[in-house]
Amino acid sequence: MAGFLGFSPARFGAMVSKEFTQMRRDRLTFAMMVGIPLLQLILFGFAINSDPKQLPTAILDNDRSVFSRDMAAAMKNSDYFKFTKEIASEAEADELLRLGRIQFVLTIPQNFGRDLVRGVRPVALLEADATDPAATSNAVAAIRQAATDAFNRDLTGPLLSLRAKDGPVDLRLHARYNPEAVTQYNIVPGLMGVVLTMTLVIITSLAITRERERGTMENLLITPVRPTEVLLGKILPYIVVGYVQMMLIVLAAKLLFAVPFVGSLPLLFLVSFPFIAANLGVGITFSTIAQNQLQAVQMSFFFFLPSILLSGFMFPFQGMPQWAQWLGSALPLTHYLRVVRGIVLKGNTFVDIVPHMWPIGLFLLVSVGIGVKRYRQTLD
Amino acid sequence: MNAQGGQAVIDVTGLTKIFGRKTVVDHIDMRVNRGEIYGFLGPNGSGKTTFIRMLCGLLRPDDGHGTCLGFDVREQAELIKPHVGYMSQKFSLYEDMTVRENLDFIARMYAVADREAGVARSIERMNLGRFRDQLAGTLSGGWKQRLALAACMIHAPRLLLLDEPTAGVDPMARRDFWDEVHKLAGEGITALISTHYMDEAERCHRLAYIAYGHLLATGTVSEIVAQEGLFTYEISGPDLYGFIDKLRSLPGVEQVVAFGVTLHVSGRDGDALAKSLAPYAAPPLTLRRIASNLEEVFISLMRKAVS
Repeated sequence: MAGFLGFSPARFGAMVSKEFTQMRRDRLTFAMMVGIPLLQLILFGFAINSDPKQLPTAILDNDRSVFSRDMAAAMKNSDYFKFTKEIASEAEADELLRLGRIQFVLTIPQNFGRDLVRGVRPVALLEADATDPAATSNAVAAIRQAATDAFNRDLTGPLLSLRAKDGPVDLRLHARYNPEAVTQYNIVPGLMGVVLTMTLVIITSLAITRERERGTMENLLITPVRPTEVLLGKILPYIVVGYVQMMLIVLAAKLLFAVPFVGSLPLLFLVSFPFIAANLGVGITFSTIAQNQLQAVQMSFFFFLPSILLSGFMFPFQGMPQWAQWLGSALPLTHYLRVVRGIVLKGNTFVDIVPHMWPIGLFLLVSVGIGVKRYRQTLD
Repeated sequence: MNAQGGQAVIDVTGLTKIFGRKTVVDHIDMRVNRGEIYGFLGPNGSGKTTFIRMLCGLLRPDDGHGTCLGFDVREQAELIKPHVGYMSQKFSLYEDMTVRENLDFIARMYAVADREAGVARSIERMNLGRFRDQLAGTLSGGWKQRLALAACMIHAPRLLLLDEPTAGVDPMARRDFWDEVHKLAGEGITALISTHYMDEAERCHRLAYIAYGHLLATGTVSEIVAQEGLFTYEISGPDLYGFIDKLRSLPGVEQVVAFGVTLHVSGRDGDALAKSLAPYAAPPLTLRRIASNLEEVFISLMRKAVS
C-alpha cells in the first residue's frame, strides 16, 4: 500500500470532497459564510461613522447682534452643527441636554457684540453632551477654527485690528492616504480581517466537534486515515471559503464604497493565505478541546472578542495601554489589519509588509501545531 | 477451517481498560480463529463495546497484550485498521450524505481498487439500489444497518468487528444478515459479533459471555450450557401464573420464567430443586425435566456475577 505510513493524497482528496459535499448540504453554515460578510459590510460600511456631522445643537442667544449670528453661521458651515432649537433660558438648555434631545448648547451672553467690538474678548459658551467622547470631539475641534474665522466678514475698516492674528508658525496639515477622513476607507478593508476571523474560526471549530458529537468520528478513526489528512482535509475547503469571502468584500469595497485600491490586489490575496490558515488553525485547535458544538462556538467568541477590540479595528491601536498592545500584538488580526490597510490604502509592497507577516506566520505554526498535537487518533 | 485447528486471528491476554476509576474491561483473554463466527454476549454496560474498540485501535488498552490479525494491538493499530471492518453500535456514517456518497468515501479511505465497481457491488449485495441517492439520515433503522454493514465490508476486510449489528432490525433483515455472515465465514473471514439476541448467539460457532468487565464463560453453546450445570424443569397446567412468586421462594429455585402456557424453573442445585418441585407434579399440573436453554444459562451467569 503506497504511502501507507505517510500522507496519502487519495485519502486527503476524499476528505476534501466529503467536506465540500457536506458544506453544500448545510444551508445554515453556508448562509453564515456568505451572510456574515454581507451583513457586516452593510452594518459597518453604511451604519458606522466615527466622524459624525450635523449634530443637533440648541442656541441661547442673549445678544442677537450681527456677531452672534456670525458665530452661529460659522458653526453651521463647519457641517458639524445643526441648529435645531432656539431656546430662551439656561434651565431649558439643561433639560434638553439631560434628555438627550440635543448634543450641544451654544450660549451667547448679552453685549457679546458690543464687547467684541471694544476688544475685551467676550465669552461664548459651548456645552456638549460628552457622554460619548467620539461623538463630540471632532465637532469641538471644528468650533475652534469656526470661532477664529467667524467674524472676519464683519471686522472691517476700523475693526480690522480685532481679527485673529496668524500664529508664530505656519503649520500645514497634510492628512495622507485618507485626506477626507472617510470612515469606510478604514473600516471596509479592515472588515476583511474581521470577517475571516469570525467565520473561519467558528466554522472550523465546529468541523471536528461535529464529527465527534454525531458519532461519525468513530467511523473516521477506524479507517486508515492519518491525522494530517483529516486536519488538512478539513482546512483546505475553508481556505477556499475564506477567499470567496475576501472577493465578496473586495468587490463591495470597490463597487459600494468606492474605496481607493492603491496597492496590488494579487499581493493582498497572496499574503492573506497565512492569515486565513492561522485562523483555521485556531478553529482546529478549539475543536480538539471542545466537547460539543456549543462549547466550540463559545471558545470561538473568546477568541473573536479580543481580536475585534484589541486589534485596532474598532479603536486606535496606539491609544491602548502597553499591556493591551502586547495582547493585541499576539493576535493575527492586528498584523493583518496593518497589512490590508497598508496594501489597499498606502500601496505597500511586499517588502513593506514583511514586518507584519512573520508574526502571522508564527501564529500559524503555533496554532496548527497545537491542533495536530492535540488531535487524538483514538476515542480515549 | 474448524474452530480448534485454525490460526488465531484475535489472540489477546489480560486486556484491560480503565475509565477514570472504573475498570470497564478487567483482564480479558480471548482467542478467535480464522473463519470463526464468535458471539460476544453480556448485559448492557458489561464492556463489550470497549473491548471491541481496543481490538481495532479505537481505544488504547491500559494493560494486557496480544495480537489482532498478527499485529500487536498496542503498537500496530495502523496495520490492523486496513483489514478490519468495524460496525459501531450507533449509526456513524454521514447522515447528510447519500448512500452512494458514504460508500464512495469509505472506499476511498481504504483505497479500494476499481472503486466505482466496488461501490456498485456493495449496493447490489445489500439491496440498497433504490436508496442509492437518498441521504443516509432519511433511511429507516434497518436500512441504516444494511448501509453500515455494506460500508464495513466494502474493502474486503479479513476480520469483522460488529457491535450489536442487528439491534432494532426486523427478523427478515436479521436472517439475511446472518446468512451473509455465514457466507463470509465460509470464505475465511472472521467475525466477532456482539448481540443480545439468543437466537443469534446460537448461530455463532463459539461464544464468550462477559459481565461487568469479567469474562464469565467461553465455548460452544452446548459447552457453555454444560459448564453451568443448570437444571431446568417445565411445569404445565392451568392457572400457572399464581405460582410464580411461591416458586421463587422455594429452596434451590433460582429462576422462574413464564414461557407461553408453561413455566421454566431452573437452579444449579439439582437435588434441592427436584425436592422443591415434587408437589407440582400432581394433576392438573405436569412436571418434566428439560434441557436448559442459553438464556437461562446467561441469566444464571449474570446473577452469579452480581453476587
